[in-house]
Parts: sequence; C-alpha cells; structure tokens
Amino acid sequence: MRVNTTDRDFLRMLEDRYAGYVGSAPHAEIEFDIQLGPPGNSEADVHVTQSGGRWTLTRGDFRAEWEPAKRRGWIRQTASPYSMDAVLRIVHTLVLAKQGGFLLHSASAIRNGRAFLFAGVSEAGKTTISRLAPSDVTLLTDEISYVRKRDDGYLAFGTPFTGELAKLGENVSAPIAALYLLAKGRENRIDPVPAGEAARALLANLLFFAKDEELVQATFHAAFEFVSRVPISRLTFFPDARVWELIR
Amino acid sequence: MSRLYVARNPRVAARSLDGEMMIMSGRDSTLFTLNQTASILWQAADGATPLEQIVQQKICTEFEIEPDEALRDAETLARDLASHGILQISEQPIVRGESK
Repeated sequence: MRVNTTDRDFLRMLEDRYAGYVGSAPHAEIEFDIQLGPPGNSEADVHVTQSGGRWTLTRGDFRAEWEPAKRRGWIRQTASPYSMDAVLRIVHTLVLAKQGGFLLHSASAIRNGRAFLFAGVSEAGKTTISRLAPSDVTLLTDEISYVRKRDDGYLAFGTPFTGELAKLGENVSAPIAALYLLAKGRENRIDPVPAGEAARALLANLLFFAKDEELVQATFHAAFEFVSRVPISRLTFFPDARVWELIR
Repeated sequence: MSRLYVARNPRVAARSLDGEMMIMSGRDSTLFTLNQTASILWQAADGATPLEQIVQQKICTEFEIEPDEALRDAETLARDLASHGILQISEQPIVRGESK
C-alpha cells in the first residue's frame, strides 16, 4: 500500500510508527492520497459501506474513499497514527475477505518455522503470552493477526498493530500450525474444542467492519474453511514461561 | 390454519459443522446456531414443500409428537426464523426468493 502526503511531519510520523513495514516499490496494490484535517472523535462508530464499486470508510476522525478497481483512494484524517491504523485495518479486512483471509483479534508468533495464533478478547492473555515468549520465538503481534489463505493452508504475517505490549511485530510470515483459544487457569494444558465452538470463537474474534452482505458471507465461509483446515484448541495457561513448553 | 411455505433466505450464509447448523445474517452479521428442529426445518425449506408436509415427513418421524402440536410449533419457529431474516415464509410457494 502506498500513501501520499505533502506533510513532512506526518510522513516522518508514519515512517516511525510503521518502522519495519515501510519500503519502496514501483507499483502499489492500493494507493491513498492523504489530506490532514482537524481533530475528530476517534471513539465514534465506524461505518464502512460500498456503492458502485467504491468503498466509503468513516469515523469521527477520518473519512476515506477507495475504489479497488482503480487501486486508488483518498483519506481525510486527523494527523494521528490511530486514525491511519484504523483505515489500514479496515482496508485490509476488505482485501483479505476477497481472498479467504482475515484479521483476527489474536496474538501470533513463529516458532520452529511455524506460526501459532492465540485468540481471545481483551484480558484473555494475548499480551501476557506474548510477553512470556522465549528468545527463540518471533512475535508477529500481540493484538491483531494477519491471516492470508494460500492453496496449501494459511500464512500468518507480522503486523504493526500492537496491544499493551506496544511493540511492533516482526515483518515476517510462516505457515499457521495451530490456533489456540486462550483461557487463564492454574495450570498449563491444551484441550480439544468441538468444531462448532471453534467456529463460533473464530467468528467472535474476527475483525469485520463492512455492512456488505457479499463480504459478510465471504468472511463467514472463510472462517469455516479455516476451522476445517487448521487445528483449533483451548490453551489454558498459568502466566509463566512454562506455557511455551506446550507450543512447539 | 392456512397452508404455509418456507424457503431459505439466500441472503444468509449457512454451514453445518459436526451436525450443528450455523447461520449468519448478511444484513447485520448476527450469528445463529440452530437446534435440531430448526436445522431440519432449514434444510427442508425449499419454498415448494408445504410446512405441513415438512412437519409430517421430517419432524414427526424424528420426534414423538402429535402432528397438530408439531405443526403449531413449526409455524411459531418458522415465523421466528423469518423475523431474523433466516427464512422466508409465504402462503404461496416461494420461487427464487419470491412468492408466485
């Protein structure tokens, strides 16, 4: 994705905010022109709608339009990284939904060349398990995982979207070996989860913003496809490093 | 009691997983998990078979229940599912989502 801005301070802020994810390429899949505006309410509801092939994304602190066929759009936003974060997340949910992938409320990490996802709502332990990761683990995110489908399975990519850990994930990827539904407990153990429960948990943790029937259906089926191909279990853990003895 | 026809709403997404039927409304992304009776009704809701016939052939053969009581329950269930946009109901056969 390429973003164009004439504001040097804002550009510098973006380069700092997305360090490790900034590069240069001759062609961009998506290109946005950014106009900076006055502060707005970032707590307002998000609205994402599509009409005539053009997506409109709005919140109190930004308004954006994007035409996938033209690969171009514009963003009018507060000069805040949080506004840009929100737009990036929404756009990526739209892009991934068309490809059978999604953004998921989960931490993710790579160990021995395989990616593991740890899903859960706020306070479920995403940041805790990320913080406890030993040195041979590469953290992809402690908050929002990027899942892309490919012919032989799924890949997890690092994201710059952070939770309480406030540390950007590494910009790398690996095949997904398992998804764990997090639960805090007095011991460390992994338990099977019935497929229906796994699907409900996955759906509950998906990031999805668009009021668009076609995309809702695509995301729903993508979740079930994921459940049928990736092992999903419940990981109950006591918050110390020994939990990682189970994750290999 | 008038004859009722039921059809699956094509604007929802549905999947069966280990015998559990899950449906998501495309309208508001609400997820529904159907119980056994609702699943039978959903699967049989082709828009052409009267509800009464579905009850006789699919529900009364599965559960020990009087046909009249089963039909009343099925009507209530069908109207409830329709209120959530999961089913379409009509007093006429339903073809491609519309009444004849």
